[in-house]
Amino acid sequence: MVNKFDSDVIVVGAGPAGISAAITVADAGKHVVLIERASYPGSKNMYGGAIYTKALRDVFRDDFNSIPYERIINSHTWSFLTQESSFDLTYKNSFSKSAYAIKRFNLEAWMIEIAKKRGVYYIPNTLVKSLIKENGAVAGIKTELEEYYAPITIIADGVNSLLARDLGLRKDYDKHDIILSAKETIKLDKKTIESRFNLSDDLSNGANKLYFGSNFGKLKEYKNLFMMSFLYTFKDTVMLGVGANLEDLSKNKLNINDILDEIKKHPDILPLIQGGETIEYSAHLIPEGGYKKMPKLVSSGVIIAGDAAGFVNGVHFEGTNFALISGKLAGETARCALEKNDFTKKTLSLYGKKLNNSFILKDLYSYRNIIRELYKRSNSIEYYYPKKIKEFFEIITSANCVSKSSQFRAFIFNFIKERKISELFKDIFAFVKIGCDILFGK
Amino acid sequence: MQENIENEKSIQDKLATIKYNCDSETHLILNQEKCVNCKEKTCTFICPANVYSSDGASGKIVVQYENCLECGACRISCPNGAIEWHYPKAGHGVVLKHS
Repeated sequence: MVNKFDSDVIVVGAGPAGISAAITVADAGKHVVLIERASYPGSKNMYGGAIYTKALRDVFRDDFNSIPYERIINSHTWSFLTQESSFDLTYKNSFSKSAYAIKRFNLEAWMIEIAKKRGVYYIPNTLVKSLIKENGAVAGIKTELEEYYAPITIIADGVNSLLARDLGLRKDYDKHDIILSAKETIKLDKKTIESRFNLSDDLSNGANKLYFGSNFGKLKEYKNLFMMSFLYTFKDTVMLGVGANLEDLSKNKLNINDILDEIKKHPDILPLIQGGETIEYSAHLIPEGGYKKMPKLVSSGVIIAGDAAGFVNGVHFEGTNFALISGKLAGETARCALEKNDFTKKTLSLYGKKLNNSFILKDLYSYRNIIRELYKRSNSIEYYYPKKIKEFFEIITSANCVSKSSQFRAFIFNFIKERKISELFKDIFAFVKIGCDILFGK
Repeated sequence: MQENIENEKSIQDKLATIKYNCDSETHLILNQEKCVNCKEKTCTFICPANVYSSDGASGKIVVQYENCLECGACRISCPNGAIEWHYPKAGHGVVLKHS
């Protein structure tokens, strides 16, 4: 038994999960230290480009209004690409404020300032090397310089979470459960961005585009490459990135930057970034194992939150909201344990119950098969349907002096005949399965 | 081959946009015995920062840890588990400001 604890709670990692956990603990008047390996908060972090405001409000409450965001993201486009064509679906609600574009360097700096104000002891520039275990329970952490003790440690050290792995809370990742994403931040004039994306000039509008389809440029060679690209508008930059599965990349001997370079050349994307200057390149992993690959979420003296626990819904590009709320629930659990003065696995398992009652485990559960199903149908999503969409719209738009009825008949005939009919049934089956999973999940 | 050169230049240009606070020693330790016998050499093409290259003759892997983006793709992709992957020392490594 440790004689004296230095603190009530130690939080490792100052990202959305860690900061949220630390604030929640500090709000109860408990002593909490938040440890970050970077000198500047957010400088190791990267994401698509927008943070969800509902979760931010939940954690930051009145301070939320001071967030230095760059644009409100409220124009959403889903775009299907082929070599020559693109088909877009756009939903725009100019009054919506559900997501803010903000760079992580600014987001984390802002969150840390509020955390400090609310009583969190923030310790940057400190790398946690390992966890200290005593009598089967985590009793603190070992940094490069010293040992530090607390009855509860919250691990929020991100997707690679070496601490969770070393503690045996999870196995090493499989390649097919991990997305590698690379991104460029491209500087453009503010006005240029507003005209290219049809945005108002008061930063109350911003655009986000998601791209499907990989049957263009050099990527054509890789028939079943499942990838998703994204673009977010900031004040005077846009962020363009792509994610692909590590297994696919390995199998095809592909570098993610090659894919990014091909995307930049696509005729639908090039005009959006033309004349821009890349001011930063970055890469990051995204955990997509979801519900089935979830680690053990607690053990005696320790709780795991955010990306470290694999809390991401890749289908909807949600991750920061899972991090913020799982951090909050981890913090609440720590508070309960401190009240009871009981830090055993049994008491901390309250965290699992809280997650079960929240959207986090409900969504992870209902989406547990979806990414895999989508991968199985990658040829349909990335290649076949974008091609068919193109053919359909060519009939409608080309005025090619052939009777419409014969063209539509040929289209339907080819749609069924062009590949094995069983493929169509597999798509329908996957679609129904996905629909049922989501509707009748939890 | 041409493509390799292009890809390398593309990554080099992009890495030039990033600020690093370089450590004086590597945070990526390879088990070169495994690397020499590795046919896939996945690290040499998977890394988004081209940290790893094969030293043709010996089959050993040359590690330019200074360019590491700390993503962790190499560790998970290595078919032999030959990469001992640590974070750089506190305050070192990549410093992202616009991501």
